[in-house]
Amino acid sequence: MSQRSFSLACLTPLVVLTAAFFVLPMARLVVVGAGGPQGVAGYLAILLEPRYRATLINTVLLASATTLATLVIAAIAAIFLQRHRFPGRAVLVAMLTFPLAFPGVVIGFLIILLAGRQGLIGDVTRLLGGGKVVFAYSIWGLFLGYLYFSIPRVILTIMAAVQKLDPGLEEAARSLGASPWAVQRDVVLPALGPAFVASGAIAFATAMGAFGTAFTLATNIDVLPMLIYTEFTLAANFATAASLSVGLGLISWAMLALARSLSGGTVAATG
Amino acid sequence: MRDRLIFAGQLLFTLLVAAFLVVPALLSIMAGVTENYFRGISSGVTLQWVVQVWELYADSILLSFVIAFATLTLTLLVGVPAAYALHVRGGRLSRLIEEIITLPLAIPGLAIALALLLTYGGFGTFRRSWLFILAGHVVFTMPFMVRSVMAVFATIDIRTLDEGAASLGASPWRRFVDVIVPNARPGILAGALMVVTLSLGEFNLTWMLHTPLTKTLPVGLADAYASMRLEVASAYTLIFFIMIVPLLVAMQLLAEREPKS
Repeated sequence: MSQRSFSLACLTPLVVLTAAFFVLPMARLVVVGAGGPQGVAGYLAILLEPRYRATLINTVLLASATTLATLVIAAIAAIFLQRHRFPGRAVLVAMLTFPLAFPGVVIGFLIILLAGRQGLIGDVTRLLGGGKVVFAYSIWGLFLGYLYFSIPRVILTIMAAVQKLDPGLEEAARSLGASPWAVQRDVVLPALGPAFVASGAIAFATAMGAFGTAFTLATNIDVLPMLIYTEFTLAANFATAASLSVGLGLISWAMLALARSLSGGTVAATG
Repeated sequence: MRDRLIFAGQLLFTLLVAAFLVVPALLSIMAGVTENYFRGISSGVTLQWVVQVWELYADSILLSFVIAFATLTLTLLVGVPAAYALHVRGGRLSRLIEEIITLPLAIPGLAIALALLLTYGGFGTFRRSWLFILAGHVVFTMPFMVRSVMAVFATIDIRTLDEGAASLGASPWRRFVDVIVPNARPGILAGALMVVTLSLGEFNLTWMLHTPLTKTLPVGLADAYASMRLEVASAYTLIFFIMIVPLLVAMQLLAEREPKS
C-alpha cells in the first residue's frame, strides 16, 4: 500500500463518522429551523418575538455578568498563586481546579446544598438572625452555578499567562518609582489582556449554552437552553427549537472562534 | 508591613474562592452518609443511602461505563490513525477536517442532541439502543483524542521518524504500529483519560438522547436530584465523585510530568 492510500485509509473512518453523526445532523437542524410556519423568517423570531427576545437578553446579561465576575476573581487568585510560594500552595491550586470535570447537573446540586432550602447559607443567615436566605432557584443561584463552572477553567488559563510574564518588566517599573497598584494596572493587567479575552470568551460561550446547571436550578427562570428544551420536549415545536439552537450555536461558536484566534488553546464548552 | 497586608488579603481571598468550590462538595459527601441531614451529622453516620442508590441506579452506572469504554475504543480506533493522517498530509483539506471535527466543542450539546434526534429519531431500533447515546459521545469526545495526539506529533517531529523508517523499507502499517503509536503514547494516554472522564460526566447530550431503558449515571443524577430526598441525591453524587476523582488526579499527575515548554 502506498503512503498516500494508507493515510487516506487512516482518515476515512473519521470522515465517515463525522459526516454521519455531526455534519449531516447539523445540516438537518438548519433545514428544520427554516421549516416552521414562518419559513426562513423563523430564524428572526429570536429577535422579533418579545418572549424569545427577553430570554435572549436575559441569557446574554447573565453570561456577561458571569464572565466579568469570573475574570476578576480568577485574575486576583491566579496572580497571587503564581507570584508566591508557600506551604500548601499546591493543595490550593488543586482545590481551585478540581471541579473542572464536574458536569453542570452536579454543580446545580452543589448550589442547592449551598443556597437551597436546607442549604448552608440559609442556616448561617438564620443563626445570624437575618432569616433563612434561599436563592438557589433564582437568577442568583444560576449565576453562582455558572461562576462555579467557569472559575477553574479561567484560573488555569490566567495562571499559565502569568507564568509567561517577564518579571523584568515589573522590576523596571518598580525601579522607576511606580507604586504596586500602578505596576498591576499599567504592566501586569495589559500583558494579561489576550488571556483575559480568550478565557472570557470561553466563560461567556459556556454560560450561554449551559444546560445541566439550568436544568437543575432554573425552574422559573428563562434562559436560552431551557427555552429550547421546553419548546422541543413540551411544546413539540421542532422548528422553533431548531432555529433557536442554531442561533445559540452560532453565538457560542463565534465567541470560541475569537478565543481560539487569540490563545491557540482548546477548551470545551460543556455544561 | 504593607506587603504583608497585601499578601494576607490576597491569600484570604484565594482561600475564600477555594472554599466556594470545595465546601459544597464536602457538604454533599457529608450529606450522603448522614442518617438525617436535616438534623445534621449528629443523627448518625450510615451507608444506607449509598446502598439504596446502588440498588436503584446500578444499571445506569454500569451503562455509563459501557458507553465510556465504547467511546474510548472508537476514539482510539478512529481518532489515532486520523490524527496521524491529518498531521502527515497537512494542507488545506486536513485543516478543514480538523476544523469540522473540533466544532462540537464550540456548539452547545443541546444543539447537537437536537440535530441527532431530528435526523435519526425515526430509526426506532437505533434510537432505542444505547448506541444512539454512543454516537453523541463519540462526536463530542473525538476532538480531544485527535488534538491530544496531534499535539504530541507537533513536538517530536514525527515526519522525520516516519520517513526514516520508510527509507529503511518499513511498510506504512509496520511504521504505524512500531513508530507512530509508541511515540504518540503520551498524547493517547492524555486523550484517553479526557475521553473517559467526559463521557462519564456527559449530561447535555445524554439527557436528550436517553430513553427510559438507556439511562446513564448523570441522567440518574438529575433524576435523583428532582425526585429523591437530599440524602439519596448526595449519596449518588458521592458515588459519582468516587468514580471521577481518580481520573482527575491521574490527569493532573500526567500534566505535571510533561516537560514544561
